[in-house]
Amino acid sequence: MRLLTTGLLAIALAAPAAASSAPSVTIKDDAFSPVTLTIVSGQTVTFVNRDDDAHTVTATNGSFDSRGLDTNAVWRHRFGVPGTYAYFCQLHPFMKGTIVVKAAKP
Amino acid sequence: MRRASFLEHVAWTGAGIAYAFGASGLLSGRAVAAGGTETVQFVQISDSHIGFHQAANPDVAGTLEAAVRAINAMPAQPAFVVHTGDITHLSTPQQFDDAKSILAQLQAPLIALPGEHDVIGNDFTAYRANFKIPQSTASGWASWDAGGVHYVALLNVFDFEKMGMLGSDQLSWLAADLGGVAPTVPVVVFAHVPLYALYPAWGWTTEDGAKALALLRKFERVTVLNGHIHQIVTQEDGNIRFASAAATAYPQPKPGTVPKPGPVTLSHDDLLRTIGYRTVEIDRGNLRFEDRPLG
Repeated sequence: MRLLTTGLLAIALAAPAAASSAPSVTIKDDAFSPVTLTIVSGQTVTFVNRDDDAHTVTATNGSFDSRGLDTNAVWRHRFGVPGTYAYFCQLHPFMKGTIVVKAAKP
Repeated sequence: MRRASFLEHVAWTGAGIAYAFGASGLLSGRAVAAGGTETVQFVQISDSHIGFHQAANPDVAGTLEAAVRAINAMPAQPAFVVHTGDITHLSTPQQFDDAKSILAQLQAPLIALPGEHDVIGNDFTAYRANFKIPQSTASGWASWDAGGVHYVALLNVFDFEKMGMLGSDQLSWLAADLGGVAPTVPVVVFAHVPLYALYPAWGWTTEDGAKALALLRKFERVTVLNGHIHQIVTQEDGNIRFASAAATAYPQPKPGTVPKPGPVTLSHDDLLRTIGYRTVEIDRGNLRFEDRPLG
């Protein structure tokens, strides 16, 4: 099951090379990487927890919350509205990140 | 070796209670009258993280069960067992079910505080459906008197961006609560996150903890027992003694020894030496405790 999921993810990440590459944030060593990620509205960001500890991806303005992400858990969120979204880890509030969502070009 | 010196350290040295010891080192009659007259025993456990399944402890249910068995085997059952939070790892219903089924085996009554891992998503409901602090207010914090001791259970895991944080409502309640307690009464405070700035860089602090400590200054003997940091750390500050407890799940690094906190993986034998439970005895107002590793 785990293998299958990983395989599908790899395909999903590899396929849309024509569009902009799939944006993602890795959680490792109690940090979000990249700390600031800039995307275009309508894109979906994939967050992956690569730590032994649990983390969350929680919007400062309350607009999204992954809830608890266990080790190797993957969580996706689509950002439909342009803006700057600050987020943090509820379990480790010193972990902070930002998603900058630009308006999609017509 | 370490345990012997630790017990010596536990003897009160704060100026506020120096009167309690005569030249012989024996308790004076005045101290007996000032504190409670009963001997109270209770047990503290913490940070069980039911649902965690990484290398640092692949069987957190097993180690919690081992702690429960050891407590049940104590020659005299404690008045209560307090769990100072992070009962579960991810606040899921399954993890709460599993934790509850293990902790229900305790013979002594359980008083369970939530940690931040028990209220993920700012959601108190799963914790509250399974665990409680007896006599707690609607907001969850609590105080009670037993055996001549005033107990306070504080919640400092809810204002996530500034965790730990007590908040003005809880501080107002605490001021009113402590206002009615005589300074000679021994006070025991339970919390999840340390109330003082133990290591702020890793979030091991309560941002407004100093305001709570100011309210506790009038008492002759205060002990604050917390979890969160998965290791035994003691600190004295005037009349207030702090003691962070070991986890039942896995250890975390000593502050500042590595770049980040998190689960530390040891050999199984060494793991059992760093996790366990704490027995606490309050004898005529004087509190002693001993940390008891599982291995």
